[in-house]
Amino acid sequence: MLEIRNLHANVDGHEILRGVNLTVKAGEVHSIMGPNGSGKSTLAQVLAGNETYEVTEGEVLLNGRNLLELAPEARAAEGVFLAFQYPVEIPGITGSYFLRQALNSVRRYRGEEELDAVDFLKMIRERLKLVQMDDRLLNRSVNEGFSGGEKKRNEILQMAVLEPRLAILDETDSGLDIDALRIVADGVNRLRSPERAMIVVTHYQRLLNYIVPDFVHVLVNGRIVRSGGKELALELEEKGYTWVEKESARAELAGAR
Amino acid sequence: MAVITEKNSNHYVAEFERLEKTSAGPTWFNPVRKAALAHFAEQGFPTTRHEEWRYTNVAPLARTTFRSAAPTAVPVDLDAIRPFLFGDADSTRLVFVNGHYVPELSIATGVPAKVTLANLAELLETEPDTLRPHLARYAGFETQPFIALNTAFFQDGAFIHVPRGFVCETPIHVVYLSTGGPEPVVSHPRTLIVAEEASQVTVVETYAGLNGGGYWTNAVTEIVAGDAGVVDHYRLNREHDDAYHIGAVRTQQGGHGTVTSHGLTLGGGLTRNEIHSVMNGEGGDLDLNGLYIGRGSRHIDNHLRVEHAAPHCDSREYYKGILEDSSHGVFTGRIVVHKDAQKTDAKQTNMNLLLSGNAQVDTKPQLEIFADDVKCTHGATIGQIEESEMFYLRSRGIPEKEARDLLVYAFASESIARVKIAPLREALQRLLFTGANEDRLLIEEASNP
Ligand SMILES: Nc1ncnc2c1ncn2[C@@H]1O[C@H](COP(=O)(O)OP(=O)(O)OP(=O)(O)O)[C@@H](O)[C@H]1O
Ligand SMILES: [Mg+2]
Repeated sequence: MLEIRNLHANVDGHEILRGVNLTVKAGEVHSIMGPNGSGKSTLAQVLAGNETYEVTEGEVLLNGRNLLELAPEARAAEGVFLAFQYPVEIPGITGSYFLRQALNSVRRYRGEEELDAVDFLKMIRERLKLVQMDDRLLNRSVNEGFSGGEKKRNEILQMAVLEPRLAILDETDSGLDIDALRIVADGVNRLRSPERAMIVVTHYQRLLNYIVPDFVHVLVNGRIVRSGGKELALELEEKGYTWVEKESARAELAGAR
Repeated sequence: MAVITEKNSNHYVAEFERLEKTSAGPTWFNPVRKAALAHFAEQGFPTTRHEEWRYTNVAPLARTTFRSAAPTAVPVDLDAIRPFLFGDADSTRLVFVNGHYVPELSIATGVPAKVTLANLAELLETEPDTLRPHLARYAGFETQPFIALNTAFFQDGAFIHVPRGFVCETPIHVVYLSTGGPEPVVSHPRTLIVAEEASQVTVVETYAGLNGGGYWTNAVTEIVAGDAGVVDHYRLNREHDDAYHIGAVRTQQGGHGTVTSHGLTLGGGLTRNEIHSVMNGEGGDLDLNGLYIGRGSRHIDNHLRVEHAAPHCDSREYYKGILEDSSHGVFTGRIVVHKDAQKTDAKQTNMNLLLSGNAQVDTKPQLEIFADDVKCTHGATIGQIEESEMFYLRSRGIPEKEARDLLVYAFASESIARVKIAPLREALQRLLFTGANEDRLLIEEASNP
């Protein structure tokens, strides 16, 4: 489904991604871990099409299509969804209007019929249940004044409404209490299917107890330095990142020679 | 410069003499007009060297010889004014064309009998004494050449009076329409709103133009709210893009009176909106809300002066501007707190959204505080569309153009939400976002409080 080859990306002239390679197949869940500032969010944002990041090299294919040449909205319509590490507040637009605009834009792009207010309401009620979110939040401006946990839940709600093919969750677990974590994880798990793929960025094994990954990758300094099965996450939790950081430094030195 | 001023004062002096011969007003009012004319003749038009006119150049007004607008030769029918109405077709309204009352287009019957709703020209003839305690008593013209000119020249306008303790639920719409035309003309609409003690009234003034031709509207509105009186005032500028609009609003409120003003500028070539509010009773409450939309080369100057002349008054100014193309917005907010006005709470906010590199904003708060126990806050922002918000919307599938429209709407939404008359609010949404999807109405339906 997703094929990332030798991806390099800059922000403000600094190279943050320095050759990322990753293949994700339909039905799989991949977890990306790594120290602060290693480029996890950068990778997520680049995949979603944030133009603040400049791709300097490499390619990204989504089902064989060059993702990098698509506008962010086209990527969304093609099924890419990013749950932001820091969801953006949009004062003046209510959550329900925003969601309906988003859903209908995507449907329009796909040549599907738009949902009217009544059908939309029906669907939204059901999805709200999935993430156990209070519908009153939808009458407020998007994310404005939401608590950290409410913002994260709102991201998952959007995902549940847009039903993406490739979902990228960027630290959706941070800021969630244990109950909220379970609810969010349940929501995510319910969306797991053979047609969907997921990339879960996290620092903690805690989330991976609920969303069990097929693969775990460690991103250090803009590169994936180690990949493994779900047990790699446990190992990381035990030994910390310094372990892989040392290894990657050694590898870089070797590469430089 | 002096030459221009003199020459044009002369034109107005001659015009005044001509009119004086044809129309006879009440004896008490003629000296007022004369004094106003004298003040205008003395001051002439302001230039950008006046501090209060630094950002707005009215040289084109000084340079041009404007004739007094005549009642239109081409009759204006209902279809022509319909785009400027809102709500039911038969809702209460007074319609003036080129500054003259048109009874055939007006519906003055919708209001309760206790409320006086009339045109000034007729009242000045039949019952001038009803006007005497208020007319031209608030809008001082000594240092205000445009108010002076209006006072000297106004032919007609609306008079709204609500007696003590009476609540007028029906909003009253006053439409000042200019037909425009081949040669530059000026009209001087005059409005007087009096809400006696503990009464309540809502008035909407719409200034609109059918054609351009560089016509000029020079309007003055006086608003008086007695003790515990409540006035909701809307002023909608939908003038032609090829028109000048100079408007002065003067509000006065008694103890525990509430005045709310909404200044909505959606049209005009050059617009200057002045609001001078004096709170001279204890515990008064004042809201000045504003929204201005600059498109093309439009120039919009909002010039506010709030005077706290009594203790325990609250005032809030909330003005927002959206400026596109090469439009220019100006905001000046002066807050004057008099010596005895302790416990004043004054707040001023001016926010601007610049949508083009050629658009421009000048914003300036001015505080003059002579009391010591006061709270005064002010804040001005000039911003652009937030890239992070754009990306967030687009990442959810909303196309770039729609995302942008949505964010512009979001910026304006709070100002629109403050409009309490539902049909007017809906009309505004349509006006502001024409071509945009009708669904937008839904945003507001569930929008912020
Ligand atoms: N706009 C920017 N200008 C300069 N540097 C930036 C900018 N955005 C990100 N960076 C830098 O890029 C690096 C990677 O940031 P990124 O957010 O991708 O890290 P991360 O792996 O997601 O970290 P965390 O675990 O803390 O979320 C950091 O060193 C960060 O400071
Ligand atoms: Mg991050």
